[in-house]
Parts: sequence; structure tokens; C-alpha cells
Amino acid sequence: MSSVTRETDGNTVNSQNDERPILEIKDLEVGFNTQNGLVKAVDGVNITLYRGQSLAIVGESGSGKSTTAHAIINLLPGTGKITGGSIKLDGQELSTATPKEMEDIRGRRIGFVPQDPMSNLNPVWSIGFQVEEAIRSNGIASGKKDVRARAIEVLKQAGLGDADRRLKQYPHQFSGGMRQRVLIGMGLAANPQLLIADEPTSALDVTVQRVILDHLETLTRDLGTTLLFITHDLGLAAERAEQLVVMYKGKVVESGPSVKILKDPQHPYTQRLVAAAPSLASRRIQASDTPLAELDIHAPAEAEVVDLIATAEARAEAREHAADLPPAIVVEDLTKVYKIRGSGEFKAVDNVSFQIAKGTTMALVGESGSGKSTVAKMLLKLEDATSGKIIVGGQDLNALGGKELFNLRSRMQPVFQDPYGSLNPLRNIGNTISEPMSVHGVGTRKSRQARVFELLDQVSLPKMLVSRYPNELSGGQRQRIAIARALALKPEIVILDEAVSALDVLVQAQILRLLADLQAELDLTYLFITHDLAVVRVIADHVAVMQKGKIVEYSSTDEVFDNPQQQYTQDLLAAIPGASIELAS
Amino acid sequence: MAGYILRRVLQAVPVLLGTTFLIYFMVFAMPGDPIVALFGDKTPNPAVIEQLRERYHFDQPFIVQYLLFLKGIFVGDFGISFSGQPVTEILAKTFPVTLRLAALAIFFEMIAGIGVGLIAGLRKGKFFDSSALAVSLILISVPVFVIAFVAQLVFAINLGWFRATVGPGAPLQDLILPALVLATISFAQIQRLTRSSVIETSGQDFVRTAASKGLSRRRIVPVHILRNSLIPVVTYLAVDFGTLMVGATVTEGIFNVPGVGRTLYQAIIRGERPTVVAFVTVMVLIYLVVNLLVDLLYAVLDPRIRYAK
Repeated sequence: MSSVTRETDGNTVNSQNDERPILEIKDLEVGFNTQNGLVKAVDGVNITLYRGQSLAIVGESGSGKSTTAHAIINLLPGTGKITGGSIKLDGQELSTATPKEMEDIRGRRIGFVPQDPMSNLNPVWSIGFQVEEAIRSNGIASGKKDVRARAIEVLKQAGLGDADRRLKQYPHQFSGGMRQRVLIGMGLAANPQLLIADEPTSALDVTVQRVILDHLETLTRDLGTTLLFITHDLGLAAERAEQLVVMYKGKVVESGPSVKILKDPQHPYTQRLVAAAPSLASRRIQASDTPLAELDIHAPAEAEVVDLIATAEARAEAREHAADLPPAIVVEDLTKVYKIRGSGEFKAVDNVSFQIAKGTTMALVGESGSGKSTVAKMLLKLEDATSGKIIVGGQDLNALGGKELFNLRSRMQPVFQDPYGSLNPLRNIGNTISEPMSVHGVGTRKSRQARVFELLDQVSLPKMLVSRYPNELSGGQRQRIAIARALALKPEIVILDEAVSALDVLVQAQILRLLADLQAELDLTYLFITHDLAVVRVIADHVAVMQKGKIVEYSSTDEVFDNPQQQYTQDLLAAIPGASIELAS
Repeated sequence: MAGYILRRVLQAVPVLLGTTFLIYFMVFAMPGDPIVALFGDKTPNPAVIEQLRERYHFDQPFIVQYLLFLKGIFVGDFGISFSGQPVTEILAKTFPVTLRLAALAIFFEMIAGIGVGLIAGLRKGKFFDSSALAVSLILISVPVFVIAFVAQLVFAINLGWFRATVGPGAPLQDLILPALVLATISFAQIQRLTRSSVIETSGQDFVRTAASKGLSRRRIVPVHILRNSLIPVVTYLAVDFGTLMVGATVTEGIFNVPGVGRTLYQAIIRGERPTVVAFVTVMVLIYLVVNLLVDLLYAVLDPRIRYAK
């Protein structure tokens, strides 16, 4: 592993002509004090970043990428501390700087754009207050008028057009994208030499993400700011940064120019990452007719290759004979209107119609607020439709009484987005999975127990997990549990509401593969709700694109991807990070 | 906002009617004849009894008595106490005393509770935090009358810093000691509440973002940590103020404070219907007003909360 790092490090240095790097991290080690002693989160990381360059650190959650970023500005959470190595900003050592020195460096010399725009603005202070205090504390301007003028300038620069009007507003009155612009504005308020952007757009819709990143790119170029970018999305990183550093379990496994790493990944982990990244994989299907063979050459023998292309192939076969079966779900003119106090009505879902054939997958795609989750809720009868018809397995949902509805629920099961929130932390895995069976009075205690083991086996989890609790499991494992629970009653239909959105790419690929296998094995019908078009390509047979409550495009997956009819769909497709990178060699 | 307040005030009307009716009914149903009890061991003249009955409307059926009482409220007349004093006068004498006592107690518990809670929260798990926990556990476990007697003995009698009981007119300096005793009860709660709230806020992303902007610790703590942490604490304080306003019977009794608690207690013992009902009515009113103020305060403290028209 270390040999790979050293080789590619050499490449990084050669390509630059500016002698002194703006940021030089050498053998950085960061540890967290836990009950089991010191746990190393970052272990011997080397990063060199030159003025005006852009560099992205890529890795899955827990790889230490964010910890590295926080170590640079000395804002490690909890018990974290730098235990070794050095961080030099323009020659000045940061790891030993005093708190006062760090206060001067933060904001003024290193700007920071945090990950989640929803939680990074203080809800009780106005936007203006929060931008102004950043300006004042960095000595950019003093005097009420000057500070205000600068605040407006900074926000306008970050792309908030009517900034002067918005200074008095509070964060909750802003959309996610607008908040992220505020955070970018604050990060750049004092014209820092270096800007660290920690997953700045992962909480945003793809089209918003693209606009924000485009803006960030031009802005940093114009201001001459060096950009250190942190992301879990390899496609995004490659598209936005010249240099890549791939981190895995606290170590740098590969680094070098972005395109080179994508085209020719050296380390097995990077190879798996490139193979699993949905945005890249879906490009590959188009790029090559024999993707499977091509991939096998790269795949190391010992690594478990989770391969999205194989998943896609398997699905294509299953789809062949699904066409002539009666549809599992028919939705006709479905409308949901919410009454808003004071301001009339809001049409969340507007005349939506679609059909899903038995044993196939339909993806419902759209940005947040498009109404896709409301459709799911109505299908599950968690919300009542204002008008329209939902027919599941020949039965009209509206005509069903309590008893019939209860029975129908056993045939239609949901899997939700957040594997941390959808499992009861006080129930062990065995109880969680068997609960639907006891609710519906299926089998005896013993047969339920046997079914739990069978289900765990189906979702590729060890039997010993039955007595464990959700907090002891990883996100991917939890999502498998949620799927096992959904399958407990042998449903015909599974509604997956953003079921893989919260997961790391490799785990995401595993879950998608699992879903495809289960579909083939159990003849399941999926309604797959997602904002991420990249995963749609590998999982869905049909795609319905929703915008503002309406279905704007509804066709087969290949149709939608190869020949999108609507401008909106084209925008969504163009916004998939990494889509523009040519991978075929 | 104005619409919201109006709606809340209108909502208070049935609450007030319901509670006064209940209280009036329960006092009515109390066993024993209050007029006879008034004379103690003496045998009163039946004519006098008859006269008193008429004066207090005791000869009327229950519902008539209640309606007469309601009519009285609207014209600001709560009737006459057994001692011949108008009840409004008693109210006017006792509530200001209790108001001063409650305000002082709130002041003490706010300063001490928020101060200690903030430091304990910022130094989670350190010596100061553990000591604060120990002290608050002791204060929670010891009954208030024990604290009151000990404080009276030590600070008033032995050290002579305060007067042991409150003198006539209840001057502010005499109320300090009972207010401190009252404050100890809620101090522990406020301190723990502030501490956990500060710990929660400190871990929020926006606090780290504030630091990443280059703000100093001295600015982050009051502006981004304390301000956000105070929202639940202020609510608790306001509710506590309501509780204190309706009287701290035990403490007022020990320190001989001529406040609401002590006066009401005596009125109940004597079966003085007009006084009891009048006091409780005012208490209900205070509770309703305090609750409304708490809800309005919420909106001031947290801009995310805005009440619809």
C-alpha cells in the first residue's frame, strides 16, 4: 500500500512549478480517546497542495477524510486530537499552534464550508448577523455600515442575488441550496488563501448541487483561492478537482491526477470504488459493449467485486418475460392536496398515473419537494389520496375496509431511507424482523424464529445477529435488516423510499445487488423512489420523472437515459456527477 | 400575532368558567357549617346566624350563589371575608408580597442555576461538573422545610444576617432569606437543564462552523451556545414563576410571610368560601397568563416558531 502512495506522490509534486506548497500535511495521525484506548482515525496521511490547485479527498464514511479536514483547522470533535505528524500552512506549523493563533488563521486564512447546510447555521440568529460576525471577527470591515455592505457583497458573490433584502431573514426561511450559498459566502468572507469544502453539496439535489459547485469553482478561480474538496463521490471528485487523494480506513491508498486515477486505478480499493460508483458505472454501460469482461481483468482475485454492471445485466434478463403479466400496481390520476393555513392549497401530487408490471422495478425520480415520497405514502395508505385511484393486485385501495387493508399491508412492505431512524433501538434484530409476523399472526414462535434465520441468510447477514441491537451494526447492515423486515411477510410489492441514498457507494452497490437478486428469486415488484438518477439506471426497468407533483417523463429506463424528452430530465441527467468524464480508454 | 393572542384569551374564558365552577362546587360541598364554625365553642344567636347567612347568600340554592359570585367577579367584587374585610382588599395586600418573593426567588435561581449549569456543561465530566451534580442531588433530596429551618437557624438566628421572620409590610431585605430557600428547590433543576442543554448545543454543527469562521471562544459561548441553550430553561423559569406566584405555603408559613400561600391556607382551614374561591380564581388567571407569556416568549427566543393568525 505504501509503495503505491509514494509512487503517485511523486507525480503530484512533479506537475507543479510553484515551489512552496500552500498546504503540506506530513504523516498526520489523529486519534480519538475511547473506552478501548486511543483509536486512530487518521494514520500517516500525506497531502501536498499547491497554490491555485484543487484537490479532492475521496473516501467512504469512516475513512478519515473529514477528520483530516477538521484536523487542519484544529476543530476535531470530542476527544479527537492530533497525535503525530505535521500540518503546514504556507510554511507555518498548525498542529502546535496556540488557540489564539488558530483563531486568527480560521476564517482569515483558511475558509471552511461544512457539509450539511441544514445544521450549520444557527437557527436563532438571522443570516445577516451570522455573516456579519464572520466579517467583523476577521477584521475585514468595522463600523456597522461597512460590515453590512461587505456582508451583502459576500452573499451576492456566493450567488444570493437579493442579499440586501435577505439579511434580516432566518435560516429556516432559506432552502438548502440558499443556505449552502450563505455558508460558502461565510467561508470566503475574508478572502482566505485556502478553502476547505467538506462535502459541500451532498445534502442537496443534483441540479442544485451542480449549480453550487459550478459557482464555487468559478469563484475560487476568480479569487485565486486554493480548494481542498472532500467528498464520498468519486465521480464528483474527479469532475471538480485536478488532484485526487483516495482514503481508506485512515490511510491514503492512492493519490495523483484525477483522470489518471479513474482510468487506471492501482489500488484494489480504488478499483472497487471505480467499479461501484453508480455514476461512472452507468456511463460504462454506454461506453463499452463488453463491460463485464473488461472489469474482470482489473478485478483483483481476492477482493469481493461488487459490480453494478452485473446487476444491470441480471435485471435485463428478468425484464424480458415480465411484460405480458397483469400489473401489480396501477395508479390513476392520483392527486394529493394539502391545505396550508393562511395561504390556501398546495398540490403535492398532481394527476399522477403509472403502472408497474409484476416482477419489475419502477423508479420514481425527482428532487426534494417533487411529491415522490407523498406518492409512496399514499400507496402505503399512510396518507389518504385527495382524488384518484390506486389499484394494488386488482384491489382498489380506497374501497378497502380496515380488515382488508390490514391484510393488504402484509403484501406490500416499505423500506425507508434512514437505516438509523427506521429501526427501533430498543428491540434486538430478531424481534425487529419477526415483528411483522407476530402482528399478522403468521406461524408459531418457533416457525417465526426459523423464518428470521432464513431472512438473515437471504440478506447475507450472519445468524448470530438476532440477539444484537441496531446501534451495534453499520449503516449497510441496518439497511439489510430493514429489507429483511420488509420481506418477512413474503410481500409481492416492496416500496423503497430512498432506500440506498444514505449509504456509502460500496455498500450501496451491495444493497442494489441484493435487491436485484431478491427480485429474481422472489419475483418481487419494486417501486424505487430516489433523487439519484445514477442508481436508477442499474435497478429500474421503467422511470417516471416527477417535477412539482407531476410526472413529466415516463418511459423505459433506456429510453429516458438515451433519449430524454424533457428539458428537466436532461438537466437531471447532466447533473449526475462524473457523467461527463470519459472513461473508455 | 394579535389574532393569536385574542384566540388564546378567548380560549381562557371557558377554562376560567369551568375551574371556578368546580372550585365553588367543592367548597360548597365541604362538610360543616362555616357560619357555625365561625363562632367556635360559643353558641351564637340564631338571629345573627340568619343575618350572616343572608349576607353571604348561604340561604340561596347553590347555582344562584355561583351566579351571584360570577356577577361579582365582573364588577370586581369578590365578596366579603368572614372578618368583614372585602376579599379584593385581601388580594391586593397578599399578591404583591408573593410577587416580590417570587421575583426574588426567580432572580436567584436564574443567576445561580444558569451560571453553574453553563460552566458544568462546558466542563462536562470535570471536577466542577461532578460537584455541581452532587450539590443538586442533595438539594433535590432534602425537603424544603428542612432547608428553611436550617437557613433560618444558621443565617438569621446564629449569624444574625437576616431577620428570622418577615416584618410588617414585608420589606425586600426580609424576603431575601425565604427567596433563597425557594430558589434552592428549582436551582437544581435549572442547573441540570442548562447543563444538558449546553452540552447538546456545544455538539451542534453550527458551533463548529462559528469557530471555523474565526470567532473567539469568548464570542461563541454566549452568542452561539448559551443563547440557544436557554430556550428550554427560560420556559422552565416562566412556569416556575407561575408556581411561585400561587404561593409557597410551607416557606411562607415558616418565615411568616403575609403572602398568598399562608393566607389561602388559613382561609381553607376556616372554611372561608369567598376568600378561597377568590384566591383560586386569581391563581387560575395567573396560570393562564403565564402560560400565554411562555408561548409568546418561545416565539421571541426561537425565530422558527411563529404563530399563525
